[in-house]
Amino acid sequence: MSKNNIDAYRRKFLVGTGVAAAAVTVAPGLLLRQAQAKPADEAVTDKVRWGMLIDIDNLPNGGQGVVDACKKEHGWGNETHSNDKQKTHWVRTVKVTEKLTKHSFQLPVMCQHCETAPCADVCPTGASFKRADGIVLVDKHICIGCRYCMMACPYKARSLVHEAIYDQKPDSPRGKGTVESCTMCVHRVDEGKQPACVESSGGAIVFGDLNDENSEISKVLKEKGGKQIRADLGLNTGVRYQGI
Amino acid sequence: MFGKAQNILATMTLLALASLMVGCGETAPELKLETAKAKTEHCVEPDDVMRRNHMDFIKHQRDETVHNGIRTSKYSFKACINCHIPAEKDGKPVNYLTDDHKLNPEHFCATCHAYVGVQLDCFECHSDNPAGAAPADANHGGTAHE
Amino acid sequence: MSSNSKVSYSEVKNNGIGFYGLLGIFGLFLLAGVVAFFTMEHNGHHISGMDNQIVWGLPHIFAIFLIVAASGALNIGSIGTVFGKKAYQPLGRLSGLLAISLLVGGLLILLLDLGRIDHVIMMIKGFHLNFKSIFAWNMILYGGFIALVGLYLWAMMDRSKTAKKLYKPIGISAFTWRLILTTGTGSIFGFLVARQFYDAAIMAPLFIVLSFSVGMAIFIMVLMSAYKWTNRELGDFVLNKLRYVLAVFILGVLLLEVTRQLTNIYATEHHGVEAFILKGGNIYSTLFWYGFILIGTVIPVFLIFCKKLKNNRMALYLAAALTTIGGFCLVYVIVIGGQAYPLVLFPNAEVTSVYADGVINSYSPSKWEVMLGLFGVALTLAMVTVGVKALKFMPVSLADSVVDPHS
Repeated sequence: MSKNNIDAYRRKFLVGTGVAAAAVTVAPGLLLRQAQAKPADEAVTDKVRWGMLIDIDNLPNGGQGVVDACKKEHGWGNETHSNDKQKTHWVRTVKVTEKLTKHSFQLPVMCQHCETAPCADVCPTGASFKRADGIVLVDKHICIGCRYCMMACPYKARSLVHEAIYDQKPDSPRGKGTVESCTMCVHRVDEGKQPACVESSGGAIVFGDLNDENSEISKVLKEKGGKQIRADLGLNTGVRYQGI
Repeated sequence: MFGKAQNILATMTLLALASLMVGCGETAPELKLETAKAKTEHCVEPDDVMRRNHMDFIKHQRDETVHNGIRTSKYSFKACINCHIPAEKDGKPVNYLTDDHKLNPEHFCATCHAYVGVQLDCFECHSDNPAGAAPADANHGGTAHE
Repeated sequence: MSSNSKVSYSEVKNNGIGFYGLLGIFGLFLLAGVVAFFTMEHNGHHISGMDNQIVWGLPHIFAIFLIVAASGALNIGSIGTVFGKKAYQPLGRLSGLLAISLLVGGLLILLLDLGRIDHVIMMIKGFHLNFKSIFAWNMILYGGFIALVGLYLWAMMDRSKTAKKLYKPIGISAFTWRLILTTGTGSIFGFLVARQFYDAAIMAPLFIVLSFSVGMAIFIMVLMSAYKWTNRELGDFVLNKLRYVLAVFILGVLLLEVTRQLTNIYATEHHGVEAFILKGGNIYSTLFWYGFILIGTVIPVFLIFCKKLKNNRMALYLAAALTTIGGFCLVYVIVIGGQAYPLVLFPNAEVTSVYADGVINSYSPSKWEVMLGLFGVALTLAMVTVGVKALKFMPVSLADSVVDPHS
């Protein structure tokens, strides 16, 4: 424990002084990576809350690239027996047209990583849970496949795998009879990398720590704001949008 | 008054037990341990410890990884696969099931689980080979610290 | 104290083709259910009619219906025990047996539909329960219900002094427990903030009253069939008691359901889903108006109160059957209708996607789901049939001379 504290202190110190001084010259992406890297043996804490800000006006092709990058990273959607409504969708693009004004836009919709996630609340086994750092996940080892979380999710972000799956990606275990959804690329985040969709977005998606007021995402959110889908539900989502 | 019910119950129990023995007449599956043996000295624990306790190590690590984001490579499931399963054989990945959905004797985990007749359900979700993964870490003893 | 001194109970003596034929028919349905389970378990849920839009289908309707009916079936016993109505006390044992059987039938359907049934064993072993989840509470409530009703049956059937002393307290506990249980079942939907058709506290009392009506209806059918097939006497006194209680319960369901719909209609955000259910011209509006309102409410109430049909057994049996069908229709409308209406991501906007956003979802159950649902029904009925054969659940006679205190 004390060793971890020292590590944390050391990182903070480094980030606070040396790295901050170098910030002028080092590319911002690289800086983020330095700051985020977590020792592999250290548990995640609630000091961090990971979030994403999606600027849909700058997202190429209505967000289709995001969908493709996610598919490539996690391998979902490769089911052969399931019909279109049974296939898994971790992220999809939704076209929205306001009925009165005909104002129209398109956005990618995935797990919004709610602060008080309805899926985690209703899950009988605790398989749906929110990690300390705000990422909402399914522990498929204890998921019984009851689909109550899918009934509870306001975003239709979750899918049940309707058939046996083969050739999974090593970092994305997926299997028949369990529920899955966007993991915010937790395997990459734990290594200090950015989620696959963020990397593919050409800068239209900003990923970072919502608890750190000096992070890029917090600064942009503070200055320009970011909307939540179904903000009326008060779920305080970790995924925010600009341009909706 | 229970006479008939008991008879029915007894018959059903017998049938159920009999059904468990289906397949028992077959010879034991062949055991291919070359891969495992070759890696023994590099493993994170002595082979007798691993043979007895690997499932507990993996399970403990599994909860730590999924819930707490702890990703040390000792006892990591991915590390096991990366080391014990060859990336490919004859140009094809080594899967735990054969084409006719039997446990594949070429797959280290599968060959032993078939031999001892223990269920192997990790690979219903997990990748059964190092496909696309970084080359295995030869001495994955310690923690992957910065 | 525990029952009328005149009433005596006995096992069912039937040993003929009728009895074993009945068990055989149930057995066929049970077998079909087992086949359905293994087929779905092996192939995955893609062979079912359910998908990622309609995630709960016919098995869940059967399961919820049976579980709701279970707690209602216990009511007949409770009226005798908790409220001291002597006329109901001879029916207590059968009511307890039917309650347990209905619950086991419903629960098993739910279990067999799970994506990973093997993980349930791990869940129980590792005690992975999330107590913020009403599902987790329900598992405890269902388990406790079976145990408590078991105790209740013991208190009714055992001749010991202890059993007699505990009869009332256990009866009251079982009654309280069943009210909480149905609250829990209703809350499965009451707690779903995301869906326009759910997310209302009134779901819990609605399910409680629904349990009264369908539980009573099923009890009436089981009672009448059992007495007919075993050639035992069943007087008008008992039947008329049940008849009018059933009518009160049917009207209770109507009151709460109408209240629920009206509150929904008042809120603008629910206009869409209410129009869809009530006047959508789809299966849900048909099931609601014709199934629940006409067949399940108006006709049974008429059959019960029509003066010309007084003491008419056929009319009562029909009323009970129609109430059951109506209750099933209502559960269908709630479970499937609520999911068929799309999630509202953006109010006042049209949404489209490759993944069925903004479209009304359709559902047609596969044969596997039908088999699984009927499995639960067959299991319930088989348990009751074997139960009355093995133990003294049924009074030898329910003739007016035996049960009517004024005769």
